[in-house]
Amino acid sequence: MAVQPLPLEAYKSDEKPTWCPGCGDFGVLNGLYNAMRQKGLQTKDVVVVSGIGCSSRLPFFVASYGFHGVHGRAMPIATGVKVANPNLKVLAMGGDGDAFAIGGGHFVHAARRNLDICYVIMDNNIYGLTKGQTSPTSQVGFVTKTTPKGTPDRPINPLRLAIASGATFVARGFSGKPKELAELIVEGINHNGFAVIDTFSPCPTFNKVNTFKAYREEVADLPKDYDPSDLHRAIEYASSDDPMYLGVLYREEGASFEDHLQAAKIGTEENAPAVIEDLFRRYG
Amino acid sequence: MAERDDLVIRVAGEAGEGVLSTGQLITLAAARAGYGVLTDSVPPAEIKGGHSLFQIRLAPRRLFSRGDVVDILLAFNREGYDRNIRELRDGGLLLYDSGDFTPPENDGRYQQHALPLTDIARKELQFELGKNVVAVGAISALFGLDPEYIRKLLHQRFARKGDVVLNKNYQALDAGIGYVERNIPERGALQVKPGDFGNEARIVVSGNQAIAMGSLVAGCRVYAGYPITPATDIMEFLAAELPKVGGSVVQAEDEMSALGMAIGSSYAGKKSMTATSGPGVSLMVELMGLSSMAEIPVVVVDAQRAGPSTGMPTRQEQGDLFLAALGGHGEIQRIVLAPVSVADCFTQAINAFNLAEQYQMPVLLMGDTTLGVRTESIPTPDVSAYEIVNRLGITPHEGNGTNGAAGLGVESGYKRYALTESGVSPMSAPGQDGGQYVATGLEHNESGRPRSDAANHQQMTHKRFNKLEAARENAPAAHYYGDPTADVGLVCWGSMWGVVVEAIDVLAQKGIKVAAMAPRMVWPLPDKQLQPFMQSKRVVLVPEMNYTGQLAQLMRARYLRDVVSITDYSGGVFTVARLVQEIEGVHQHAR
Ligand SMILES: Cc1ncc(C[n+]2csc(CCOP(=O)(O)OP(=O)(O)O)c2C)c(N)n1
Ligand code: SF4
Repeated sequence: MAVQPLPLEAYKSDEKPTWCPGCGDFGVLNGLYNAMRQKGLQTKDVVVVSGIGCSSRLPFFVASYGFHGVHGRAMPIATGVKVANPNLKVLAMGGDGDAFAIGGGHFVHAARRNLDICYVIMDNNIYGLTKGQTSPTSQVGFVTKTTPKGTPDRPINPLRLAIASGATFVARGFSGKPKELAELIVEGINHNGFAVIDTFSPCPTFNKVNTFKAYREEVADLPKDYDPSDLHRAIEYASSDDPMYLGVLYREEGASFEDHLQAAKIGTEENAPAVIEDLFRRYG
Repeated sequence: MAERDDLVIRVAGEAGEGVLSTGQLITLAAARAGYGVLTDSVPPAEIKGGHSLFQIRLAPRRLFSRGDVVDILLAFNREGYDRNIRELRDGGLLLYDSGDFTPPENDGRYQQHALPLTDIARKELQFELGKNVVAVGAISALFGLDPEYIRKLLHQRFARKGDVVLNKNYQALDAGIGYVERNIPERGALQVKPGDFGNEARIVVSGNQAIAMGSLVAGCRVYAGYPITPATDIMEFLAAELPKVGGSVVQAEDEMSALGMAIGSSYAGKKSMTATSGPGVSLMVELMGLSSMAEIPVVVVDAQRAGPSTGMPTRQEQGDLFLAALGGHGEIQRIVLAPVSVADCFTQAINAFNLAEQYQMPVLLMGDTTLGVRTESIPTPDVSAYEIVNRLGITPHEGNGTNGAAGLGVESGYKRYALTESGVSPMSAPGQDGGQYVATGLEHNESGRPRSDAANHQQMTHKRFNKLEAARENAPAAHYYGDPTADVGLVCWGSMWGVVVEAIDVLAQKGIKVAAMAPRMVWPLPDKQLQPFMQSKRVVLVPEMNYTGQLAQLMRARYLRDVVSITDYSGGVFTVARLVQEIEGVHQHAR
């Protein structure tokens, strides 16, 4: 039976976003709706998983299944969902604090497992929900109430971290370019493996430095002849500050975590009675 | 010749020297011969080398504890002798591998004989690897085991390696038996009457293995864990078995991840579990709150070890009850179960899944070091006798049936957290149309939308606590032992039960009546079981292996009645003798 493509409205829940006017997360949400429609996803088959933060509220605004968990643990929960049912389309969406500070360990391991999920990090270089503290992607010297003299910590480069950790699809998006972002999300969903899309998503309320205007001046599309399968080039381009490139920086094909899990299965639920009988025999 | 009623044999030596395999062979053969067996092993704290011991207690009946004293000590080396000789009972028998060392003469406190295991294996048999089998032969001859049972085991183990190897093993067995028959006159006094378990279908498993088997029977299909002593066996067991039933095991990067994965899998429709020990439970506490708030069933095994911090990882303690029952921020609904024996580990693993699914909340299953590693011969479980509970699902289109947002609104759509009378609401799984919702740790309304108004929070708190109260009302049956008419009552939990049961038998012989109970559910406290028991006693004693008397404190707080807390926090065993003495003391006063 052919599945019916859904109208854009079908992906919107009737819970209205609580974000501040002008928040970059609106653009990311619109990019997501459009990507889901372009992919023709059925809302019953999609799970949007997040942690805690302004950006992590996103699952409530999507009419699919969702999981809004605890701070930093989006990856473990998303992993569990995929382990239980590899047929589901799992998207993880949340902030840079969620992904790289409290969830930093999980991020690295989700990447090296090569989970078949698409992780859109809504990167505003600040903690929004807790009202404006420095984040792992804030620049050195970034002044907040917790770092009045400017943060001494050097920022994580999410793209380099993702590549180094083994992510097989690494991209950068920008909330100010929702059409391109939607395309990146479609590609990320299509990719069989861990797809990281670090997405500039400004917080106009607390971050007066990394604004839409500033990003517009700093970003550029990758050159036409760019080859995302070239690891060294990917690291080089991911490291560039001027400009900061948008698009798919790195892509590598191969088996995903789910492929390995499926291959490891040597029976089905029907075997359960026989397996238990055999156990009792072996220990008898 | 009078036959003994039970016997405790301890094999001690260098790890890797075959202490474990010697012990396991004897255990399995004895169990198959119809003895009740209960073992205990202490792995060395060091990874390589170090001191290792394996203790087997056997009797013609079911055993409940490892026994207080050692009847036969077989020391493979000097350290095995030095470390264990004190626990050999007066009149016991010391055997030592004279190829390795010669202990000093003793003043007649016990008998001692050389057992030249290494020499027999090396010189007589030219089969150095056969040393353990010589030991197995020697010990089995001491208590009177029919060698056929060992021959069969050797056949199972070595037949694939060809006749030469198999025959060498048979020779080693005979050499051990022959040596004892020729050289150890005391053996007549050590014969144990075999039990009549011989005709019964039985399995020989450890507590951890029983938990893993029970979870398979209960329907667990996803396991995520992070290795920690003494819980790791469960993960290793399931890693081999779950893929056979279409399930999966994931080794997570830490315990937060492990529980997060289990919660995610359960949300997506599979019964899920993780197992850890105290330090891991500490890390999981935030996610336990999530499981409670988002009403997602999940089973967490806490194989307790002695803490705090990383404490004494190979030693035992019942120190995590407060953490399990009360740990967390806010008020987390959770159920805590405590199995009392290896057989109960199997049953309680099934209870844990059933309760988690029935009430949609986290369930903790409290094992401990000795319960996890000890093996017992138990009746093969009759799987059909266990009811398996599955979660309340949604009927197709219980939501509005439309695919998408239209109508999935606050009022019209599927209400994941519907306020039902029982507090349990039908739970959809991703992939089911009409069941779309967002699971969340935030307070939410019936549809799962974040809400923090007072009325809603009160309603939802009621909903969740209603489930807990229902669980309290319908707690699985407790264990009872002893004379119900006794004035003195014992309440204990978990692996303390075995010691309690044996103490009661000893006291009964002295004419002292005691009644005991161990609730299977230790949180919430099962009023219907505990209250009548406490009311029928003049004194209630609560023996526990911790310093603070955790169950005693929880009982005092709920029932406003004092109980006598008896604690042992040595990391060693709470002995039957100590408990008998304590109860005798109380009994004197009570009169
Ligand atoms: C264990 C824990 N620690 C701290 C917090 C507080 N907290 C909530 S969101 C957040 C950071 C949010 O930043 P980010 O993830 O970048 O998301 P944003 O709000 O900027 O979208 C913090 C520290 C929490 N909820 N839980
Ligand atoms: S605080 Fe910043 S990140 Fe949060 S909603 Fe407002 S603008 Fe967006």
